[in-house]
Amino acid sequence: MFSRLLISGLFAGAAAGLIAALLQLYFVQPVLLHAELYETGELVHFGTAAVSAHQDVGGFDLMRDGLSVVFAMLTYTGYAFILLVGMAIAEMRGAKITARNGLIWGLAGFVTFHFAPGFTLAPEVPGVAAADVGARQIWWWATVVAAGAGLWLLAFGRNWLAWGAAAVLLLAPHVIGAPEPDAFSGPVPTEIGALFASRAFGVGMAAWMLLGCFAGFFWQREGGRIGAVQPA
Amino acid sequence: MTTQTNTASLSLSSILPLAFAAVLGFAIITITGHVQAQGLHDAAHDVRHATGFPCH
Repeated sequence: MFSRLLISGLFAGAAAGLIAALLQLYFVQPVLLHAELYETGELVHFGTAAVSAHQDVGGFDLMRDGLSVVFAMLTYTGYAFILLVGMAIAEMRGAKITARNGLIWGLAGFVTFHFAPGFTLAPEVPGVAAADVGARQIWWWATVVAAGAGLWLLAFGRNWLAWGAAAVLLLAPHVIGAPEPDAFSGPVPTEIGALFASRAFGVGMAAWMLLGCFAGFFWQREGGRIGAVQPA
Repeated sequence: MTTQTNTASLSLSSILPLAFAAVLGFAIITITGHVQAQGLHDAAHDVRHATGFPCH
């Protein structure tokens, strides 16, 4: 069982993480680097002169972008282990796990780990004003746990009590609210911030759906290999 | 999800690997996304922003 989890998680996480990294480098990184020109004060929004929206943000940075690839692959491997634990429990309770329905698992993972916390704490472009990072992390984790439990109840609950609890779990973090900054002081143009948030969500969704698909695929494959000798 | 008849309950032998995999997953996410040590923060900076982790 453990080797099945470990192997599936490593393969699915590394593959999805690599694709996530490539998508991030192409679609998100230029927006982030553009924002950093404002964060560092190199460009000034609403200064004396209008600033061109087209800036040279530099090309591929081997050290910086290489680290991003490594950390994206690590992050998605972490996600993969958590996703596979959910898949394994669901399978034991009678659900079928495949590469195809893994897409839905991936979408649910995206909502849990990326979209639910991001609904109130939007993906931050560099330079935005934000509350204390520790407080935001606590809210982030609480929201992820609540959203994950809520989606599980939506998918596997069998009565209105479960579905009602799911709605409460999904809504509560946003009704209660996240730690917010006292004042807005972001120097980055709103156009860049908005593009950054939607790109981050889009890349996250694509990568998570692939992660779910890969996790389902490897879980099945490893199950056929290992389960043939010893039932998981 | 389709419900089948072979609904085996969670056995003790599967709880341990599941718990370990879950802890491993959460530990990795904590390290890549949350620990604020300077070197780690700098290395993971772009991924943290793009993945929606609270950064800075």
